[in-house]
Amino acid sequence: CATGINMQAAHWLAPRMTRQCGNDFQEELVIRPLHSGDIYASFQFRTVWETDFMRGNKVSHYRLFPKSLGQVISKFSVRELHISFTQGYWRTMQWGQPFQPSPPGAELWVWFQDSVTDVDGTWKELTNVLSGIFCASLNFIDSTNTVQPSASFKPLGIGNETDHRFLRYATLPREIVCTENLTPWKKLLPCGSKAGLAVLLKSEKLFHSSFHSQAVHIRPVCQDWQCKTTSWELRQTLNVVFDLHNSAQGKREWSLFKMFSRTLTEACPLASSSKIYIDITDNPQGEQFEVSPATPLLSQAVVLGDRRTFSVYDLTQQITFGTVRSLNLLIRWKSSEGDMLRPLLHAERYVAGYGLQTGEIHTLMYNNHPYRSFPVLLLDSVPWYLRLYIHTLTVTSKGKDNKPSYIHYQPSKDRLRPHLLEMLVQLPPNSVTEVTVQFERALLKWTEYTPDPNHGFYVGSSVISSLVPSIVAMDTNSTRERPLFSSFFPCKEESSYFVRVYTEPLLVNLPTPDFSMPYNVICLTCTVVAVGYGSLYNLLTRSFQIEEPSPGLAKRIANIIRKMRGVPPL
Amino acid sequence: PPIVLFYVEFERKCRSHVSLLCCHASCFGDEDNAGQFFSSGHTNNWAVLVCTSRFWFNYRHVANTLSVYRSVKRLGIPDSHIVLMLADDMACNHRNPKPATVFSHKNMELNVYGDDVEVDYRGYEVTVENFLRVLTGRLPPSTPRSKRLLSDDRSNILIYLTGHGGNGFLKFQDSEEISNVELADAFEQMWQKRRYNELLFIIDTCQGASMYERFYSPNLMALASSQVGEDSLSHQPDLAIGVHLMDRYTFYLLEFLEDIHPASKTNMNDLFKVCPKSQCVSTPGHRTDLFLRDPGSVLITDFFGSVRKVEITMETINLTDPINPVNGELQIRKYSYVDQLPVSEIIHQKPKQKDWHPPDGFILGLWTLILLVFFKLYGMKHLKHIF
Repeated sequence: CATGINMQAAHWLAPRMTRQCGNDFQEELVIRPLHSGDIYASFQFRTVWETDFMRGNKVSHYRLFPKSLGQVISKFSVRELHISFTQGYWRTMQWGQPFQPSPPGAELWVWFQDSVTDVDGTWKELTNVLSGIFCASLNFIDSTNTVQPSASFKPLGIGNETDHRFLRYATLPREIVCTENLTPWKKLLPCGSKAGLAVLLKSEKLFHSSFHSQAVHIRPVCQDWQCKTTSWELRQTLNVVFDLHNSAQGKREWSLFKMFSRTLTEACPLASSSKIYIDITDNPQGEQFEVSPATPLLSQAVVLGDRRTFSVYDLTQQITFGTVRSLNLLIRWKSSEGDMLRPLLHAERYVAGYGLQTGEIHTLMYNNHPYRSFPVLLLDSVPWYLRLYIHTLTVTSKGKDNKPSYIHYQPSKDRLRPHLLEMLVQLPPNSVTEVTVQFERALLKWTEYTPDPNHGFYVGSSVISSLVPSIVAMDTNSTRERPLFSSFFPCKEESSYFVRVYTEPLLVNLPTPDFSMPYNVICLTCTVVAVGYGSLYNLLTRSFQIEEPSPGLAKRIANIIRKMRGVPPL
Repeated sequence: PPIVLFYVEFERKCRSHVSLLCCHASCFGDEDNAGQFFSSGHTNNWAVLVCTSRFWFNYRHVANTLSVYRSVKRLGIPDSHIVLMLADDMACNHRNPKPATVFSHKNMELNVYGDDVEVDYRGYEVTVENFLRVLTGRLPPSTPRSKRLLSDDRSNILIYLTGHGGNGFLKFQDSEEISNVELADAFEQMWQKRRYNELLFIIDTCQGASMYERFYSPNLMALASSQVGEDSLSHQPDLAIGVHLMDRYTFYLLEFLEDIHPASKTNMNDLFKVCPKSQCVSTPGHRTDLFLRDPGSVLITDFFGSVRKVEITMETINLTDPINPVNGELQIRKYSYVDQLPVSEIIHQKPKQKDWHPPDGFILGLWTLILLVFFKLYGMKHLKHIF
């Protein structure tokens, strides 16, 4: 796997600069204690570079922005790139909404620039190059699992045209995430894993968790409030949820050392800001949990539709580390009462039916708002070997039929492309909307089965994009200085915020042949042919001769004597 | 004081001609060491490490491959020169009680997975076809560099295979096999394309010696963990993890390699003595008849370590100033972020029709016309057959 070229030797000696020749690097960590006793930690590393990759500009001098990704962007004329690797499934009802949602497995969606003539060919080459950079089997992304959504996945960066011909989306739900994916991801950071918050990223603790997701997002953003020029932003995010029983041995007491087996000693010298935020909104007077060492810095931010309060630890100040020169945050729970806010949008999906012939996919979308309804856009990409019967598609809410205001369906072609179903559905308040569609399982050719076909075949998660009404007014000014976690999705209006929810992936069993059958058939056929044909051949071509029985001993001696005498035998 | 060294490339035939210029008193090493350094004839090292087994109970094969990977990295071969192929993921397997670790010694003494590992081919990508393509270099043009074996005629390559095997074949992932004839032909292709200088082939499977019986290309040395008719056995289980951690041959090979450091002088004869029958239960075998040099003069680090060619120069190079991209005239129009869910736009979106289809009923009307013309020409009496 490729490693970025780090020319950091000289930077260690340079004093901290806020903007180094148009490169800016910020890092932050948000820790949110969850009501079930688990803890959610979200790392964000953001590198902004004032340059222009568009229209084939040659760029050759890289500083903080990793060269491997910069070369990928300019060679394949990429406008936006979002790739995520996730292990585990995000439980919305227990943990709330994540800062950056991601489906289990690997997900890649790319917006190409409008100068690209052959989008499919460029997409294929891009996936191969990315599989080398991230040590993942992204080369398995081909036309059988790539779709071109017609309304979902609008660009997250700036741009004026959105022609969906330049968008490609693919997921690999089976992709395994392990240290070999984390290693090249860490090497993309300017400080690597040697200084700053990235020191905490130790794989033995990160993968021993309920949920682990690492992602890379590249998009063009406004350089300043006038927004006449663009800069390129690279965000590397890592979300992890540590389980109370696995990592904390059942005691509701969390610390940086317990979570990551490391403490912090310094910020990354190349970072212009390096902060830790702890969500204390549910703990205004300190009655639920206690955070030590105490910090006077507080910050408020509107994120996910709610105004949350955070204790802030600024790692660029030496005073944060205290006299021991090391920061080990401690969060100790005092009482375990209190209810968490129910998330407004939540989704589930499962396969119903029995046998290996037919089945039914059910997707349930819950709207938990008491009186507001809002629209959701459901994107379903089903592989070709589950033949969907779209005439059986039903959308019901509260028992009544709910007609979608927009449907886009692209049927599958065997071994060429998957099904694509996109629907815009209005969810009534406080209701469950159920989308069902029947399918039939196809029989694959025997060479198309994986080496472990009895495990089953995965169907990628459904994506539900929605504008959910927010409790407080969202901040629509996109260029104000905000913590990184609140500025991921751009906000256009104050009364609602954009959220994306992923359902579970499905695991379906396809009818699997007995792979020893060819061997059995060959043995049986050869035996039958050998016995049958052999016997027939012998019967037809052999001739029978009568043979005299051999004479007794006395006669044989007499014959020998007669032969010696020259007389004919008996 | 800086030392200036000049290496002179030499023909493989005239191995004894070595020019070494040393400009200062503090020379690098002594003449003998330098002579040895150049006598092997290779300038770079590559390693192809393959584990061919899938499923949790084959944990030991992944541990075997990772322990060789760890030794090879420790002795100097960088990740860019190692092609690591693991057919299944054991470290982050849900049955692993200690995620992100693969242990080789019981009581979890040594984590061979580590924190800095780069697997090039994983899961379903480990197939016979991909393995042979990597060896022969016949990969599709969009394959990334990390997945290629970019060796040349001065490369020493180490190839390590482990998994389940039999007499003349090695099983890949429970669904296909590679035979010893195919492997020998692949090495011959490599020889004809000048893709290696010397090649060391190590295999740790049951009846492993059958895999090197058919080799016929020069400069190949092979080691196997068992002879034809014998099984290679596994070493020790760990009760916490629940599976056997390593195979015996590779376990003792790892112990042997842990004592090697990048400057050690141990040679191949010591490697042949690793894991005698008393420890391994099977009889390890080796084959050196195709190898031109005497195994006693081949260093372990010729294959497991790495040669780095370093040329120190006193010249200065003037770097030009970086080209600042010209921003051009400021754009008049203002950029803005795109609306993430523009409901009204979506509802009024017309789906683009990619293929042109004739209007409804056109085909039906066409057929009616053809039938009518037919019956007009040939008479109405045929119509009675239809109605």
